[in-house]
Amino acid sequence: MNAMRLAALLGCAALAAFLLSLFMGVDGFTVAGSPEARRMILLEVRLPRALLGFMVGGTLGLAGAVLQGYLRNPLAEPGILGISGGAALGAVIAIHSGLAQVVALALPLAGLTGAALATLALTVLAGRGTGSVTLILAGVAVSSLAAALTSLALNLAPNPFAASEMLYWLMGSLTDRSLTHVWLAAPLMAIGCLLLAATARDLDALSLGEAAAQNLGVDPTRLRWVVVSGTALAVGAATAVCGAISFVGLMVPHLLRPLTSGEPGQLLLPSFLGGAALVLLADVALRILSPMGDLRLGVLTALIGAPFFLWLVLSRRSELAP
Amino acid sequence: MSRATTLSASGIGVRLGGREILRDIAFTISPGELIAVAGPNGAGKSTLLRVLAGLTPPDAGSVRLGDMDVRTMDRRSLGRAIAYLPQDRTVHWPLKVRAVVALGRIPHGSGPQRGESDIDRAMIQAALKQTDTEALADRSIGELSGGERARVLIARALAQDAGILIADEPAAGLDPAHALALFETFVAIAAQGRAVIVALHDLSLALRYCPGAVLLKDGEVAASGHARDVLTEPMIARVYGITAKIAEVAGVPCVIPVSVRP
Repeated sequence: MNAMRLAALLGCAALAAFLLSLFMGVDGFTVAGSPEARRMILLEVRLPRALLGFMVGGTLGLAGAVLQGYLRNPLAEPGILGISGGAALGAVIAIHSGLAQVVALALPLAGLTGAALATLALTVLAGRGTGSVTLILAGVAVSSLAAALTSLALNLAPNPFAASEMLYWLMGSLTDRSLTHVWLAAPLMAIGCLLLAATARDLDALSLGEAAAQNLGVDPTRLRWVVVSGTALAVGAATAVCGAISFVGLMVPHLLRPLTSGEPGQLLLPSFLGGAALVLLADVALRILSPMGDLRLGVLTALIGAPFFLWLVLSRRSELAP
Repeated sequence: MSRATTLSASGIGVRLGGREILRDIAFTISPGELIAVAGPNGAGKSTLLRVLAGLTPPDAGSVRLGDMDVRTMDRRSLGRAIAYLPQDRTVHWPLKVRAVVALGRIPHGSGPQRGESDIDRAMIQAALKQTDTEALADRSIGELSGGERARVLIARALAQDAGILIADEPAAGLDPAHALALFETFVAIAAQGRAVIVALHDLSLALRYCPGAVLLKDGEVAASGHARDVLTEPMIARVYGITAKIAEVAGVPCVIPVSVRP
């Protein structure tokens, strides 16, 4: 498909999903109550939810596409560097310590701190080399450590209520976020996404391997810095505000790759728009499937994602088999 | 066409993991020259080519392009001056053949994101034609045979339109017809005033097509100069440890390895 047409189509889908998210509630399109209450529901409940859905979905789709291109691995996803694991750990510690009850915005701020520390650890572990294997190994080390410490915090939860709150937070959600959350995360996500989007041509060149890419003008040290810091800002901020919304960053680039000409750089804009549309639509679906709000967004995306991979394996088995 | 400049290296030394790969190497190639780099496995051919292309910074010595040190040049202009074809032929995504060749235009500021100029299109077309891959243009690179893929990757390096072409074993895996055609292409682009450096194991091809030759052994230059003076029976015996005969068949020089020397 023509690149412009694909982007336009996905852009329309994302916009439609955004409007749907803004105007559709658990009772359909009507908003009950006084004009004042309606204004509040639209601006202070639904608007932050729709904005976060757009930004977080876009961020995850874009980061997934960039990491798959950079690591030349179709199984890479935004969490592979351990940065979202660090953000999740930070938020869990904020709940564990009771800080989240006392200080407003303690949760997202602790999440951002966790993401920053994870990025620091990643950079130190990966060292000065430019190979993708060392970066993946460093990412595995950081995410395993973050997951272990998160389990420890759950294990030692002060009371069952705190434990369930941590678990729910880890599942990822867009509900109960205010415009303050949006203002906190949006600038970081925007800068991160711009950094990630700037890698497009370097990712194209990397299709030929590191040596040929270097010959085509790629500076491997600079590229790694841009990918890591872009992921840290965009995915770190997304996870700090909304928790871990799984499978989006893995699924969206996979789904859209066959519709592009195949260069990894061509996949970035479609993956951003596709990720935004997917997360917004999943969040709208939640309002129908679970009007009481007890089903979490991250659980729904995982429920969509797992069968998707089953289908992917079955449909590609013949070409992937040796 | 980009104008070639003299590429010269002196005192090149490279150590990797404590092992000395190259020691005190001098190398010069001027516009219009075609030089073969040969030597046994592990002699340091690939490392030398990477150093000359400005990809591996040497631990000793320097590589100069005209009067510029390649280490101080920005990577884009280096990519317009030198095209490097690695031995590794992996293409990581199922790109169309034409898209792979078009990647060679990245140092010239074009690309899928920015669109292609008329010059880009002409260069891509010429590169496909020179490597006999026009008919494959719309195929996915993953469906091609090893030799076809090798020709597509050569087309990428040609599309880069650099004054200097450095190719690491480009003929490996090619059928005889395409191997001969490839070297005819190298001769033709050298005749346009470009410089071509080719690492290869086929000494007959080297003798037949390359006026210049450098023979490496254990990270040092064993001999360099005119190919006919370098690739001699005694020198091949010394460097490769084999008994070889050089014969002329139908006016074509052939190097025949006879036996491993006891």
